[in-house]
Amino acid sequence: MVKVNGKEMDISGVTVSEYLAGTEYEPARIAVEKNGDIVVKSSYDETVLQDGDVVEIVSFVGGG
Amino acid sequence: MIEHDKLVIGGKEFTSRFILGSGKYSLNLIESAVRDAGAQMITLAVRRANTKEQENILDYIPKGVTLLPNTSGARNAEEAVRIARLARELGCGNFVKIEIMRDSKYLLPDNAETIRATEILATEGFCVMPYMYPDLNVARDLVNAGAATIMPLASPIGSNKGLATREIIQILVDEIDLPIIVDAGIGRPSQACEAMEMGVAAVMANTALATAGELPLMASAFRQAIEAGRKAYLSGLGRVLLRGASASDPLTGFLRD
Repeated sequence: MVKVNGKEMDISGVTVSEYLAGTEYEPARIAVEKNGDIVVKSSYDETVLQDGDVVEIVSFVGGG
Repeated sequence: MIEHDKLVIGGKEFTSRFILGSGKYSLNLIESAVRDAGAQMITLAVRRANTKEQENILDYIPKGVTLLPNTSGARNAEEAVRIARLARELGCGNFVKIEIMRDSKYLLPDNAETIRATEILATEGFCVMPYMYPDLNVARDLVNAGAATIMPLASPIGSNKGLATREIIQILVDEIDLPIIVDAGIGRPSQACEAMEMGVAAVMANTALATAGELPLMASAFRQAIEAGRKAYLSGLGRVLLRGASASDPLTGFLRD
């Protein structure tokens, strides 16, 4: 299982690109972090998610 | 003098001295708020992305406005650094406002952690704008840590209470050789004007606008107040008499005797 934004998901073995393609995230508007490290956009294709990975996907919201 | 009066942060020149927050109001109001505030810099927060959310705040911010992501939600330097890196990866520049809070009641910034985060992020090439509890020694440490500006609070965040820390902010203005930007607590245009008269480089406001009756109108009022305060500062304020009075009219030629 991979934890994405706090939710356990059955996506072990899938690349970040493949995972994002099946979601409604707008790739230009998000940043991805895996196990505390940034996953740069150019490495989405080769970054394979593995069992136990913790992924955060963030975007900008209003704030002060 | 006014024509050449520019605020320079991280190598960027700004003619506006009003930094606008974007929290707690409708995305539909952002464009008019930016326009009526004359703002050239707007703050944003970083949060977990929502798959269902179709609209993104970046689509509402006019082009050419510098984005200032904050690290709100961070409770220590490490969390702030992590949020700052994610913000930079979002691809909108290297500005970051460090905001680190351990205290959830008064939301006061943790100065020690803020110094640590400033040092790390400045080394990584960020333009670091730390939000801090006003203190001269801390401000000096932030300068040494590589801060681009110092952002002392006027009063507790979101309180609209005005310049509760005015004496210390004046000391920072007088002693620190970086732009001092008053952040948090400014509730009224008159308070923003007073801060500018004291010589602060800029004012940041969010709640004052978000909780106003008519946001764009209040944005315009703040803009005018900040511009007025800046002009007054550049002009040099008139002196205050310790006691007594001083006539403004000639003391001769009275219609008597």
